[in-house]
Amino acid sequence: MRARPPTYDKFRDVQAELDRSGAAIFRDADGVESLVIKFPYAINYIHSYAEDSPFFLGLAEGKLKGSKCRRVKCGFVYATPRSHCMVCGSPTEWIDLPKRGRLHSWTTCHFGSEAFLKETPYNLALVEFPGVGSVLLARLKDAVEEDLYVGMPVEARFDPNPKYSITDVWFVPSP
Amino acid sequence: MVTGGVTKFAKAHPAMDFRLMVKRAYDYALKDVPGLTAERIDGTRISYFSDHFTRQLKAASMVQDYLGMNPKGSVRIEWGGATGGECFQAAYEAVASGRMDICLAAGFETMSRVQTWKGNEFIALASDTNFDFPLGGFYTGYYALMVIRHIYEYLRLRKFADVKDEREAQRLAIREGTRIMSLVSVKNHLNALHNPYAQYPKRLTVEDVLRSEMISYPLTREQICTMSDGAAVAVMCTEERAKEFTDRPVRIVGVGTGTDTMRLADRPFGKVPLMPHERARDYEDLPYPGVHSFRAGRAAGLEAYRHAGITNPNQQLDFIELHDAYASSEIQTYEDLGLCKYGEGYAFTERGDPFLKGIDYGFPTPRAGAIPVNPSGGLIACGHPVGATGLMQGVFAFWQLQGSIRKHFGDATLQLPNARRGAIHSHAGTGSAVTVSILERGFR
Repeated sequence: MRARPPTYDKFRDVQAELDRSGAAIFRDADGVESLVIKFPYAINYIHSYAEDSPFFLGLAEGKLKGSKCRRVKCGFVYATPRSHCMVCGSPTEWIDLPKRGRLHSWTTCHFGSEAFLKETPYNLALVEFPGVGSVLLARLKDAVEEDLYVGMPVEARFDPNPKYSITDVWFVPSP
Repeated sequence: MVTGGVTKFAKAHPAMDFRLMVKRAYDYALKDVPGLTAERIDGTRISYFSDHFTRQLKAASMVQDYLGMNPKGSVRIEWGGATGGECFQAAYEAVASGRMDICLAAGFETMSRVQTWKGNEFIALASDTNFDFPLGGFYTGYYALMVIRHIYEYLRLRKFADVKDEREAQRLAIREGTRIMSLVSVKNHLNALHNPYAQYPKRLTVEDVLRSEMISYPLTREQICTMSDGAAVAVMCTEERAKEFTDRPVRIVGVGTGTDTMRLADRPFGKVPLMPHERARDYEDLPYPGVHSFRAGRAAGLEAYRHAGITNPNQQLDFIELHDAYASSEIQTYEDLGLCKYGEGYAFTERGDPFLKGIDYGFPTPRAGAIPVNPSGGLIACGHPVGATGLMQGVFAFWQLQGSIRKHFGDATLQLPNARRGAIHSHAGTGSAVTVSILERGFR
């Protein structure tokens, strides 16, 4: 084991050294030397979908579930479900959403966070449904940037091998 | 406010951890008002956004003891991208409530500890982790969704209303919208050439911006702020105390905050909360805010204007430092803050109102100087070390109102002549929280 890791004037070189040996010294323009180390940082996290669970279980059965405020005078319908109404605070009930909707907005992501870089480019879509007061964010597949426009009809597809994630549903252009 | 300090924002500051960055900004601030010593400070408010970036919980405690502030009172402030703006207001509140005579607001972020795309992941954990994050974990994607709809509402349905073919009309509208967004990007990068604290000052053309790498359609790299390491501090005190330290204090005359749903998908379709100079008939057919506008920004603006007695921001403000994490959100924010009506942001940009007089941007800006926005260069050019950003805006606005830009920047180009009142605006993810603070020259 060497006593002192190698020294570099460029931070880029420091990063390369960190990938090789896990330690390097950065010397800045004023001659100040800083010891830089790199180490892995990973966790397994236990997450409960709690009151949102029926939505994700529904996806696994090929169902798209929204929620509707139980208070008759309110009756707000949510495409992205929530167990209590944001407008009046009353409990909501589960409803089946239509599987066809239209693009409220869209984008094509050429980058993403580290976990999703390998999936680029991918499309994101906000989907609106008739008679529903809010929209749903989802992936949009089988279409490229040039095809997409606000108002485009789309329909839901479901993963036959569910991962119990919002990615179990996606949309494709509707004929 | 009697003084402030900022570290130069940089991609990485390997020779300074967060404590030393804050210390440097703090020492600079104290040096500027020799009468103010550490003993005089009653307590602190310390802000940083993400424990993931620091991998050190309760990092604010370490700032507190590095500055030698123990056992004075302190609290850590966090509110997403608006963290710095909230910290600024928290220090104001500590003084305004009578709890403290002198309060130090300090903020920082060290984002260089992970690669850019892991950093994007950390930031996107500030979106709903059940419904939003697993789709890409990407804030630029969320803002792209917002601007596509903004362009649809205000360019497709208005400027290109006569184009019959729907796809063609939308393409034309997006092309027009992104061209105008690029003007904002050129402005902010070019202003920053005269700001030694800025991370990315440069001269760009509209074509450079449009041709830079596509990140999330239609947003290109040059229309998006970057991650940074940096710190900033501001010192607030009572008017009585202020006179002891400086003959050029700045008064905080209005504060406002607003919020909106965490998920874009939940943004309702209702009515526009009106500014005094707007009428309900201006927005009869506009579903608001949907995903095209920041209702939190409108709410924060309304509260701050009411507090400061502002009824027409264009006439009663001399400049604004606003949260341009994206060139698109700068244009959206012009509308939220009532600098123009909803739908007029693109025309307002093209007329040149938010540009500085006397700078050649490479295209005509006929109304330059009307209400300069981000004279410092904003987040796009200065960088965005989240917990410091809102305080950086406060410090730049403070120097602007003091008339001390030449002293602190070593260049007077960005000094607005006779700036008497300005606003700062800090904004959290997709507009889920916004702060607006109004600062006014506190001397004759």
